[in-house]
Amino acid sequence: MDKTINQKAWFLVLPVFLVVAFSAVLPLMTVVNYSMQDTFGNNQFFWNGVGWFKELLDPSTDLGGRFLASLGRNLFFSAVILAIEVPLGIVVALSMPREGWSVAACLVILALPLLIPWNVVGTIWQIFGRPDIGLLGYVLNHLGFNYNYVANDIDAWVTVIVMDVWHWTSLVALLCYAGLKSIPDAYYQAAQIDGASRWAVFKAIQLPKMNRVLLIAVLLRFMDSFMIYTEPFVVTGGGPGNSTTFVSIELVKIALGQFDLGKAAALSLVYNLIILIVCWVFYTVMTNAGTERKAVAQGEPAAEPKPAAAPKPAGVLKPKEGVA
Amino acid sequence: MHSIPGRRLIMALFLIFLLLPIYWLVNMSFKTNAEIVSTMTLWPHTPTLQHYRRIFTDESWYSGYINSLEYVVINTVISIAVALPAAYAFSRYRFLGDKHLFFWLLSNRMAPAAVYALPFFNLYSAIGLFDTPWAVALAHCIFNVPLAVWILEGFVSGVPREIDETAFLDGYSFPRFFIKILVPLIASGIGVAAFFCFMFSWVELLLARTLTSVQAKPIAAIMTRTVSAAGMDWGLLAAAGVLTIIPGALVIWFVRNYIARGFALGRV
Repeated sequence: MDKTINQKAWFLVLPVFLVVAFSAVLPLMTVVNYSMQDTFGNNQFFWNGVGWFKELLDPSTDLGGRFLASLGRNLFFSAVILAIEVPLGIVVALSMPREGWSVAACLVILALPLLIPWNVVGTIWQIFGRPDIGLLGYVLNHLGFNYNYVANDIDAWVTVIVMDVWHWTSLVALLCYAGLKSIPDAYYQAAQIDGASRWAVFKAIQLPKMNRVLLIAVLLRFMDSFMIYTEPFVVTGGGPGNSTTFVSIELVKIALGQFDLGKAAALSLVYNLIILIVCWVFYTVMTNAGTERKAVAQGEPAAEPKPAAAPKPAGVLKPKEGVA
Repeated sequence: MHSIPGRRLIMALFLIFLLLPIYWLVNMSFKTNAEIVSTMTLWPHTPTLQHYRRIFTDESWYSGYINSLEYVVINTVISIAVALPAAYAFSRYRFLGDKHLFFWLLSNRMAPAAVYALPFFNLYSAIGLFDTPWAVALAHCIFNVPLAVWILEGFVSGVPREIDETAFLDGYSFPRFFIKILVPLIASGIGVAAFFCFMFSWVELLLARTLTSVQAKPIAAIMTRTVSAAGMDWGLLAAAGVLTIIPGALVIWFVRNYIARGFALGRV
């Protein structure tokens, strides 16, 4: 399956290139331009060099302090999200029914939160968590918890995290489910013959088979939670105080709220750079996995265990085989 | 497939966790505002359709849905149309800078929308597209075109190369081969890619809100306006929210078996 070299293929790619260049490169150049200048309104600009960047990375200034604080909050948020959603997603994927109409029903319900506009997700939780009219807030308060996400930092955080778990765990679960589905039955039969425990099956067969989709899930979740804007903005508006102000919220505040173009642009570039680095890791992992898959596919007929007829002794359970 | 002990219970609990907030929204949309504020009821005791009626009769409300659908459809059509040939090229050929281009596309899918909000505002104001569905549709291309290319590339790679070669030997020209043979072969892939374009354009708010003011305002933005302006018309807000969930819930049924593959960017 090696590809032929054909420079004329550029003509096929040209439309995509033009569309994306128009909507990505032009605005990015504007951002770079702004990041070097200061403005006092009226479209008058002054050269500021790397001043904004210096300020941005210096925690003692106002801009730097806000940026680094929101960056810290955002990283903490992403870490919590991953720590909850990944294990939960795996458990849910393992709990999927095996066959019948319930599979389709579960898939559709799982995917439902993913298709709700993000601000509606925010609205749903805003209502759901209110102590006066929301079920969650009402029940919690009547159980004796003094829960109020508008006034209390910790309650606000819990609400935003539970909301994200509600919104995105399905993504992890769906990806893991797709990974699990690709495991041939023969692996399980072999495990049964070997008398492998439930845990051994998970560790030696299912986890290695899932590791590629899990990687995709982790990276997608990291990047999307790192860019989160709409949902916390609707629910908490970044408050109480600044306790749930993430980088995107801070950025929009500076750019569209204060119209501080230079600062916002510098922040954008640094923010984008962080995402770009993570994205590069993601891409490398994906393409490497792709070549690995192709290599495996070529060696497949030999490696594939024959169903039931002659189960391989023990060897099937080795993690190394599981990856194949 | 092996499953874990107590799986039915876990699945049931998780599904309840997913459905409960949605149920609460639906529940509220059928209550009168008096009932919402005064009592805590688990189902509407005096069910009413007044909120839905208001949305369907008030132009400032239902035009929001039309605006949203308009830019979502334009965006989906543009994304698929430009992504198809590119996906074929990436799948079949090597050319100068192909890998860098592929990465660059992906990096745009991952770029935070907040970064682009302001420059987009300037750009589309300058070329006179501000407050039209075209502005939002083009802006959403930044993440939908890369997504479509990635998903379609996965599907095109699943078509054996021999089919192309046979078609060309049979004297098919390239455009004819593309439309008559390749497109029908990857029809399900096109469906999935279109679904994902539809979905991501439908759920995005930040850019859609920034690029519109009056004429092309999407429903999501109209909702946020009502939260602050009309005081607390919770019932109306809930009804509008329920109506935004319906399109997604309808289309999801058709692609239920491909959802995971799409989310993995065509790489499961």
